[in-house]
Amino acid sequence: MTMLDTPVTGKIEGPDGPDHHPDHHHESPTPIGFWIYLMSDCIIFGALFATYAVLGFSYAGGPAPADLFEPGFVAIETALLLISSVTFGMAMLAADKGRLDTTITWLIVTGLFGLGFIGMEIYEFRHLVHIGAGPDRSAFLSAFFALVGTHGLHVTGGIIWLVTLTVQLRMHGLIGANMRRLSTLSMFWHFLDLVWIGVFSFVYLVRLI
Amino acid sequence: MSNDHGTHHAEGHGGHGTFGSLMTGFAMAVILTVLPFGLVMGDTGLSREVLIGLIMGMGGLQIIVHLVYFLHVNKNVEQGWTLVATIFSVIILVIVLIGSLWVMHNMNQNMMPMPDMDEMMSLQSQQG
Repeated sequence: MTMLDTPVTGKIEGPDGPDHHPDHHHESPTPIGFWIYLMSDCIIFGALFATYAVLGFSYAGGPAPADLFEPGFVAIETALLLISSVTFGMAMLAADKGRLDTTITWLIVTGLFGLGFIGMEIYEFRHLVHIGAGPDRSAFLSAFFALVGTHGLHVTGGIIWLVTLTVQLRMHGLIGANMRRLSTLSMFWHFLDLVWIGVFSFVYLVRLI
Repeated sequence: MSNDHGTHHAEGHGGHGTFGSLMTGFAMAVILTVLPFGLVMGDTGLSREVLIGLIMGMGGLQIIVHLVYFLHVNKNVEQGWTLVATIFSVIILVIVLIGSLWVMHNMNQNMMPMPDMDEMMSLQSQQG
């Protein structure tokens, strides 16, 4: 932590090694605080995954995953979310270089891919409810709608945040506060894509074998 | 690649990676997404257990790829606290997931559904 300066040994580096700079103590606490929020969110998703794991085979005489899930449809959803993650990465790289217009363009592209994902999910949910496979049909479907719906709500929240941040960027440019908001939303967005890996593997693909 | 992130400390945000690291992560994520979908949509002739293992294994690998290349989690960010928080939540997740499955599996083993009275009686006679 501290640099000891003793007459015998000279400077001794702290436990963090030579990479550690004292000015790190003045950095914003926002990134680590937001990361801890994301990890607690991760545990919420973990509980929903565990619920799906436990209840996922209780069909109550209703439809099973093979009757409902279409791997091609899920593949397109997955592609939309993965591409949106990369376009957000492009926005971050542009912001690091101080290019405001490029940053905003990439953010809008990210938002459009996110909207495409949400649109497909709403279509899927509507379709399932329409054919009588709504969340009230069986424990399996309750767990499915709870998990995938929670993820979808997070993505919706992310899109609202994205729009807000685009307006803030238009108004104030790439100031320190906006850079912090941008890197925080970046964490949130990449985290949602990470959760989706669990969803497409564990909720959809494994149950279609 | 962790060396790349180390050099970005001067920018003060723990680093957002480079175009190269973003594209490396994207390429790995695409491979680890296409393969499991291919396994399900194609006809591989592999056994059910092997397929489940492969899909979950590649999902786990892709989560690590996302953590490293997109979320830039490494031991240097925030003096290691990001990594510590991540490892802690992974431990909690493992306990919640495996614990739930284990407990509920035992419940299912020991509590037969009500309509299957015959099965329950035969199970009791076996045990008792």
